[in-house]
Amino acid sequence: MTATKTDAPTTAPGEQPADETEPVGSARSERLSALVQQHGALAVLVIVSLVASLSFDSFATGDNVSNMATSSAFLAIVALGMTFVIITGGIDLSVGSLFALGGVLAAWGSRHGTLVALLLPLAVCGLIGVVNGLLVARSRLAPFIVTLAAMLGARGVMLALTDEGAETYLIGKDSFLADLGQGSTLGVGNPVWVTLALFVAGAVVLRRTRFGQHVYAVGGNEDAAALMGAPVARTKVLVYTLSGLLAGLAGALNAAWLASGVTILGGGMELEAISAVVIGGTLLTGGLGHVSGSLVGVLLLKVIQNVINQIGSLDSSYQQVVSGAFLAVVVIAQTWLGRRRRLG
Amino acid sequence: MTETALRTAPFDKTRVLAWLQSYGVYAGVAMLLIVNTVITPHFLTAENFRTQAVQVAPVVIVALGMALVIGTEGVDLSVGAVMALAASVTALYLGYGLLPALLVVAVFAAGAGLANGALVAFVGVQPIVATLALMVGGRGIALVLLPQLQDLHNPALASLGSGAVAGIPYLILIAAALALLIAFVVRRTTFGRQLLAIGDSRPAAQLAGLPVRRVLVVVYVVCALLAAVAGVLATARLQASDPTSLGNLMELSAITAVVVGGTPLTGGRISIGGTVAGAVLIQLLTATLIKHDLPPSWTQIAQAIVIVCAVYAARGRGKR
Repeated sequence: MTATKTDAPTTAPGEQPADETEPVGSARSERLSALVQQHGALAVLVIVSLVASLSFDSFATGDNVSNMATSSAFLAIVALGMTFVIITGGIDLSVGSLFALGGVLAAWGSRHGTLVALLLPLAVCGLIGVVNGLLVARSRLAPFIVTLAAMLGARGVMLALTDEGAETYLIGKDSFLADLGQGSTLGVGNPVWVTLALFVAGAVVLRRTRFGQHVYAVGGNEDAAALMGAPVARTKVLVYTLSGLLAGLAGALNAAWLASGVTILGGGMELEAISAVVIGGTLLTGGLGHVSGSLVGVLLLKVIQNVINQIGSLDSSYQQVVSGAFLAVVVIAQTWLGRRRRLG
Repeated sequence: MTETALRTAPFDKTRVLAWLQSYGVYAGVAMLLIVNTVITPHFLTAENFRTQAVQVAPVVIVALGMALVIGTEGVDLSVGAVMALAASVTALYLGYGLLPALLVVAVFAAGAGLANGALVAFVGVQPIVATLALMVGGRGIALVLLPQLQDLHNPALASLGSGAVAGIPYLILIAAALALLIAFVVRRTTFGRQLLAIGDSRPAAQLAGLPVRRVLVVVYVVCALLAAVAGVLATARLQASDPTSLGNLMELSAITAVVVGGTPLTGGRISIGGTVAGAVLIQLLTATLIKHDLPPSWTQIAQAIVIVCAVYAARGRGKR
């Protein structure tokens, strides 16, 4: 990644450009804090992975790595949508419910053909995303309360569809959908390919398109963005729609992978996705962040989970403790770095 | 004539809206009571009211703390995790007697509140993020301390959960006393005034020389302590400690109660009566739907709609 690319979000509208009369040393330390903020997670991921592969024989095996990659894929897709929302300064708490709803809809729809199974979750979850976006952008309601209500409502719809969670729809073995979820190409699971493709597309959209610039502008300073003529409301509606669509797609893929629409999934997924995005260096105040960081954040969470599973004596609830502690450390570090940069 | 009519029409509309924001929740509770009296058999019985009140008591207690936090323009997502933490700590230390166990619970809860408050007040992290960390980690700690459901056999705890004075369960009395206490603190004490001033405008409060950081830390500690009280009471009623599911989605119910009760998310204003009524409203709505054999999924959808409507109605006043 070149220097200009890394610097792009720091000069997003709303942030004061660096004072030109500043001494050189200060500029250097500013660049260093930016580097730590944006790539600190990657360094930690590399270190944790190295230590884990040296400590556990079973960590760096092909099976384990491909297992980790596939189980990361679904969370990563959700985190991609969340990255867009958080860069605009919002938050989407409904993704866990939409993930579950998407899975159930895909499994239910698979009786009527693959097309229905793929389009139905996208349509429904996208529509809920549109409603979220309209309530946030047009009615100016707080994002967390709107998406909290959507989280409840979507889970309600999912339960209503499945006879209060008692019925699990299955996906036939020989369908295209099952192949999409369970098959692999060149030795790598299909969900991983889908995830990689989506992240490349997401990075291009965020960096190279007008919409991407608007996303940064809205998150950097909403009023300034509006004054510059950026379509603030439309951008917000679009990011919540995108988040809904991706959560639905991730749910559908996950259902295809599991061959059934499991109703108990997705609880707490919004927290994991937000944690991954924040750990990846995206600021919750908006205006700063990148999708590759979110991917690193997801991988870091999954690697930590895997390590804790490898240490047989540790209960899986330690993972929550570690994730929570990690999140707190990252947030403190980010706030501290951000403040130093602002003060120069 | 026409001129005055034109002038009063919009005035009346804003007045109706303002009235609805402040008293709509009471009207909603009254309406549900009337509707239920007509359509639900055995609704007007003391037994039914006691059941409803006992069920709503923990939500009310958590919502009181949440109202204080929201009054400072914050939010506390960790209340459910703190309830779970309280449940597992109660189970661990009950062997030393109820009172020592409660003291240890209070220490743990105060620690959790301190962590939240310090992140918000001293580090300057947004409240949603600061409390998110403890929401994720707190339940993990609770499960590490007590991995699964454990039955509790302690006469003192049992009487706390199911005892009653003059037919009124302790749970209801405790919730009512706490509501009165918090209402008094908000309305009549310096601390309450400072809290609202900070919620109104933190920079202004800072410039006015108020102890902003101290007040914020105390608010988050109080919120965590109230959540712990709710956790202990729920555990006492269950006669079992259940860190896996106790307090799940409690942050949601508490925020809903506060918002439906007419406390704006933008801070600077707290309605304790409204918060209690908000919790009662959601409880009655759920009970009505369940009594008429509508599945739980419908209750969730209905709750979602009520939240959005309440926030939508409150938005005009929240904007300053």
